[in-house]
Amino acid sequence: MHEYSIVASLIDRVQQEAEARGSSRVHRLHVKIGELAGVELDLLKTAFDTFRERTICDGAELSIHAISASWACPSCKRTVERGAILRCDTCGRPARLVQGDEIILERIEMEAPDV
Amino acid sequence: MCETCGCGDPEIVPVEVQERILSDNDAQAAHNRSHFEGLGLLAINLMGSPGAGKTALLEATAKAAGKELKLGAVSGDLATERDADRLNASGIVSATITTGSACHLDARLVHHALHHFPSSDRDIFFIENVGNLVCPAIYDLGQAANVVALSVTEGEDKPLKYPVMFQRADLVLLTKIDLIPHLDFDVSAVEDALARVMPNAAMLKVSAKTGEGIDAWLTWLAKHRPSPVEGRATHTHEHSHEHQ
Repeated sequence: MHEYSIVASLIDRVQQEAEARGSSRVHRLHVKIGELAGVELDLLKTAFDTFRERTICDGAELSIHAISASWACPSCKRTVERGAILRCDTCGRPARLVQGDEIILERIEMEAPDV
Repeated sequence: MCETCGCGDPEIVPVEVQERILSDNDAQAAHNRSHFEGLGLLAINLMGSPGAGKTALLEATAKAAGKELKLGAVSGDLATERDADRLNASGIVSATITTGSACHLDARLVHHALHHFPSSDRDIFFIENVGNLVCPAIYDLGQAANVVALSVTEGEDKPLKYPVMFQRADLVLLTKIDLIPHLDFDVSAVEDALARVMPNAAMLKVSAKTGEGIDAWLTWLAKHRPSPVEGRATHTHEHSHEHQ
């Protein structure tokens, strides 16, 4: 259940960004989570809904952008099929993960302070 | 206030971040890595299920190489100090990181343990993670390599069920191979499963009980040790924080 510790880090980061901009309310967070990031999306949502109360994220929505994993040969760029041996059919080199291990805070939508 | 129409609703501004959520852990891990490099030791993050044989593997490592190599370890344990007690008895200088209910070690916990560790004069430093095939995989601790222990009693399909863990392994140790004659365990099936989740699949077969395969494991460790540095300092990197 490391999703709870991820949410704790996420809320800390949002707090810092909001404070730096004098904002006291966050409406929405956009995060990008890869299939091979080791993060269960449902658990992440539950953890966020639980932990956001009485933080800067109280009432904020979590918008998750799920990224599927894809592997390719680093030299000839051929894609390795899902579930296949992670080695290039043509040149035999070990495949490289092109995408799918992201755990990224992309964007925060926050209220601008009243001037 | 909304500047478009003056309606009184607050204005919403998007703030681009585009950073890893665990960037704090990454920074702490980089700090640990420079500790390890400054000390010239090889740091190994040893992961695996509860009961995969991580502690027994380290005991067997100490038995085979404890005279030639100075070994150290910290063990992540939810509630007890049993692993560290076993390791100390085998000659590995050890300490426990009691994690309470936490299911993994993070770089901050390892850093704290490093500063309370009884010796800075080690050749190889094992970080025995909490027994778990999921959570420990995503936290960088500052290690030079990830080693995953997989015992033959867990079944051949574990790499396919836990791809995140095995994808990040630099080496898989198939443990308890002395039990193979008593099981329907197909070594080629686990090799095939690994090749589908681990791009540079590497596996060694070991038995802590009989000592079989421990030589190959020691050879792997020797190959990954940093080359000796003359006049090595014990704490060469800059600190951006106070140590407690």
